[in-house]
Amino acid sequence: MSENNVPVLSADAMHERDNPYVLMGKRIFQHRSAQLGMFLLGVLIFCAIFAQQIAPFDPLIQLDNVKRRSTPCIHLFGCPADQPEHIMGIDGNSRDLFSRIIYGSRLSLQIGIATVSFAILLGGLLGAVAGFVGGWLDDVIMRTLDVLMAFPSLLLAIAIVSVLGPGLINALLAIAIVDIPIFARVVRASVLSVKELDYVMASKAQGASDLRVLVTRIMPNALTPLIVQGTLGIASAILSAAALSFLGLGAEFPTPEWGLMLGEERNSVFNAPFLVFLPGMAIMLTVLSFNLIGDGLRDVLDPRLVHGG
Amino acid sequence: MLQFLVRRLLLVLPVLVGILFVTFAITRMVPGDPCFVMLGEKATVESCKDFNVRFGLDKSIPEQFVRYVTNLAQGDFGNSLKDHRPITTVISERLPMTIELTILAMLFSSTIGIIMGVIAALNRNSFIDTLTMLGANMGVSMPIFWLGLLLAYFFALVLKGTPFALPPTGRLSAAMSMVPLAKAWGITDPGGVRGFFLALLSNSAILNGLLTGNYALTLDALKHLILPSLAVGTVSLSVIARMTRSALLEVLGQDYIRTARAKGLKYGTVIRKHALRNALIPIVTIIGIQTGGLLSGAVLTETIFSLPGVGSRMVDAILGRDYPVVQGFSVVIALIFVFSNLIVDASYAYLDPRVRVK
Repeated sequence: MSENNVPVLSADAMHERDNPYVLMGKRIFQHRSAQLGMFLLGVLIFCAIFAQQIAPFDPLIQLDNVKRRSTPCIHLFGCPADQPEHIMGIDGNSRDLFSRIIYGSRLSLQIGIATVSFAILLGGLLGAVAGFVGGWLDDVIMRTLDVLMAFPSLLLAIAIVSVLGPGLINALLAIAIVDIPIFARVVRASVLSVKELDYVMASKAQGASDLRVLVTRIMPNALTPLIVQGTLGIASAILSAAALSFLGLGAEFPTPEWGLMLGEERNSVFNAPFLVFLPGMAIMLTVLSFNLIGDGLRDVLDPRLVHGG
Repeated sequence: MLQFLVRRLLLVLPVLVGILFVTFAITRMVPGDPCFVMLGEKATVESCKDFNVRFGLDKSIPEQFVRYVTNLAQGDFGNSLKDHRPITTVISERLPMTIELTILAMLFSSTIGIIMGVIAALNRNSFIDTLTMLGANMGVSMPIFWLGLLLAYFFALVLKGTPFALPPTGRLSAAMSMVPLAKAWGITDPGGVRGFFLALLSNSAILNGLLTGNYALTLDALKHLILPSLAVGTVSLSVIARMTRSALLEVLGQDYIRTARAKGLKYGTVIRKHALRNALIPIVTIIGIQTGGLLSGAVLTETIFSLPGVGSRMVDAILGRDYPVVQGFSVVIALIFVFSNLIVDASYAYLDPRVRVK
């Protein structure tokens, strides 16, 4: 680019050019599908923050003088002005669907972030210990987690919910537990890949404690795969939580949770399809945003993929 | 090859023990006394004591575990607490449908997924590629139950009256009925393991129709399974399409592909025989990994399409605290999952000689 015309760079500029985080940030903003993902996520976060301002009605309140399951009424598109405006219609409990969907974005983000943080903390700890200490402890931890992975993940989550009892918090806990092995494996692999390298040895030789070596020298290597896996993990956590709520094992009436909203109206799909279509669309766009960003991050962060597809 | 398989089988053993332990533990940790749940208002201290003795719930936990494992090894999964029928019978009724659904979904997702992936890879960075990959991304992001409901709406209501209309619920049309194979063939039920497998065959509507020459039955069963398998298969289809694309792109950059082209082979031949075969290893892996997802998907779809499979029964059992059913079904599902992973490993060993030697 401009390197030929400007032979000397100031120290600051050099620093900026070589700083991997700056480079990464630039690349992710240039990544086509990540751009779409970030746009969708931006809209979602906006809705979540300003839910109170955007939503025209209280999501929990059952409105008077409206017909249950009445179709969307938008004044701009020819809905008579004397009828109250409900741009996504009314659900089976006389509540404004649009307000519920807007408030649902809050819950969805919380669900995704809470479950994944829990799974990363616990899984990361187990993986770090397994990889760092090694020996029999490694075998015990990893074989136990292998057993967890021997069950299809959603079914395991269902089984765990059956132990804990239905409810949103229990459903989230179940999803987090099911995700633990994934993050444990990611962290363990990163720990193993650098454990014997010279700079780790050097740090030990300087007298650093095991904990210090682990936290300051080894764990930063696990950060990249954790970010990628975490983003994709949020997507699948939101999807699983919606599925559990749909089955009646997660969020309960009257929570504005998208999966539950779908579940409540599943039998009216033939006479009020919008009540099923719209919450599902919200779930899909949210999950899509995290998936797109996760894929973009993987492309940007994984050096092996620079020349690949 | 044989040595590889034996070693791989031995590795399954600890996982099996773990599965038994987890399924046992899950059902013992459930809060709430099963007696009170099952007997409801009739539960008294006296009747609960009888109940616990009858189901062995009065013994210590290790004793219960040993009893559980020995019973399982003898093919005795216990009885449902709800309707008192043997769980093996319930499984033989419910499992065939879930397996049919899973296999159909897998066939759909792998054929269409591989074709989509190949098309995207061969037209890399074109409009078709972008469109396919965006479609695939949407496919993984969709809630299966939502897709199922939309498919039901579209094919049963919008297309009603056209030849493309498909039934949205149930396993068979009302006019259809299945004759148990034992009766159709005029043999007595052999009982035991053979009886179990005969019942499995007999309760698979597709196979039952084929075996008894009642092709209308097979056709009807297939028709009812089209929408559910589309719903279940879409996520896997997207994953397989993405994997096929990236695996094929990687192989297409290899020197031997250029060599094959340079020696004058046709483009199609190079793609089929040189590129696709080598790209197949990661694709097969991903297809195998999808089995778990397909089974989970089957659970969600069965409830939507009112199909009498393992999933819908399992959800009922969880809500009704029917411990033995949850336990028995989890064991069977985990076994299917573990063995399908085993088949995947065996198939890499077949596709890639390096795996066998390692």
